[in-house]
Amino acid sequence: MSILHTVNKSPFEKNSLETCLRIAMEGSSVLFIEDGVYGAVDGTSLNGKLSDAGNRLKFYALGPDLKARGLSENSVMNCVEVVDYDGFVDLVVRHDATYACL
Amino acid sequence: MEEIPEEYEGGIVKKFMYVNRRAPHGTIYAQESLEVVLVGAAFDQEVSIVFMDDGVYQILKDQDTSAIGTKNFSKTFRALEMYDVEKLYVERESMQARGISEDDLNVPVEVITSEEIGRLMEQHDVILSF
Amino acid sequence: MSIQINGKVLETDEEGYIQALDEWSPEVAEYMAKEDDCDLTENHWEVINFLRDYYDEYQVAPAVRVLTKAIGKRLGKDKGNSKYLYQLFPYGPAKQACRYAGLPKPTGCV
Repeated sequence: MSILHTVNKSPFEKNSLETCLRIAMEGSSVLFIEDGVYGAVDGTSLNGKLSDAGNRLKFYALGPDLKARGLSENSVMNCVEVVDYDGFVDLVVRHDATYACL
Repeated sequence: MEEIPEEYEGGIVKKFMYVNRRAPHGTIYAQESLEVVLVGAAFDQEVSIVFMDDGVYQILKDQDTSAIGTKNFSKTFRALEMYDVEKLYVERESMQARGISEDDLNVPVEVITSEEIGRLMEQHDVILSF
Repeated sequence: MSIQINGKVLETDEEGYIQALDEWSPEVAEYMAKEDDCDLTENHWEVINFLRDYYDEYQVAPAVRVLTKAIGKRLGKDKGNSKYLYQLFPYGPAKQACRYAGLPKPTGCV
């Protein structure tokens, strides 16, 4: 079993990302979308938390949402893979269930 | 709809998990979530409800909304058992962070850890987030 | 939509449920029953009063399955079955009785 967790809130405004990291189990993935993409950016105070979780979880960020916010593939941490909308769909299909952590 | 048509009886039963992370009265999320739970239960689906983060405030005892003119739906959680919704879980970490103990809650729950919630989540077909 | 009882106008939704639950009085039930050509007996009132108590306690109008079970617990097995309740409320025990009792339409009824 694996769950795709999507996070759509900035970690500086809401605790969605933190909650998500707390409950996400080994083999699950976290996809940053909408304002959630700020959580994937390199050089923030959250990098440590993401790195810590990086050995049990996979991280993805939605490219169009990065681009819209003036961010790019180069802005996010190395452990984060940038995907497009097709990639988003693939992720949903590849996991057993999706939890939208609002 | 009054009764479930015969052809659906014994049909597909999915396991639904409702995850509540919002405080009860400032936004409509909590009340809407409960509404969906009741509708889902009327269709004989298997339901678990998780309260975490500010969601634990939804089931605090002694809520009285009379002076703010809204519905006190905290009472409705006590009816869930009659809807065969018996699996209510609360995240221990969220309770601790808010200084809440089981005695402060208005309905029987199972207190479990974040990790146990993670494992539980994996046993469900549909996860709904409020 | 609205109904008029003792000179007082009560707003209802398009299915005839009253909007302001605290405006209910037994006359509301009598009026609605008359419109449906239904004579309210003691047995009807037992269910209507049960529903009002139930709503007061749980803030929800029970789905028919829940109502049947709860009636059985409170009033006995011979009353806690759909046959008995449908005889009293042929339009559906939850829907019709809740309307008479001044409650919202039961959640889960589409």
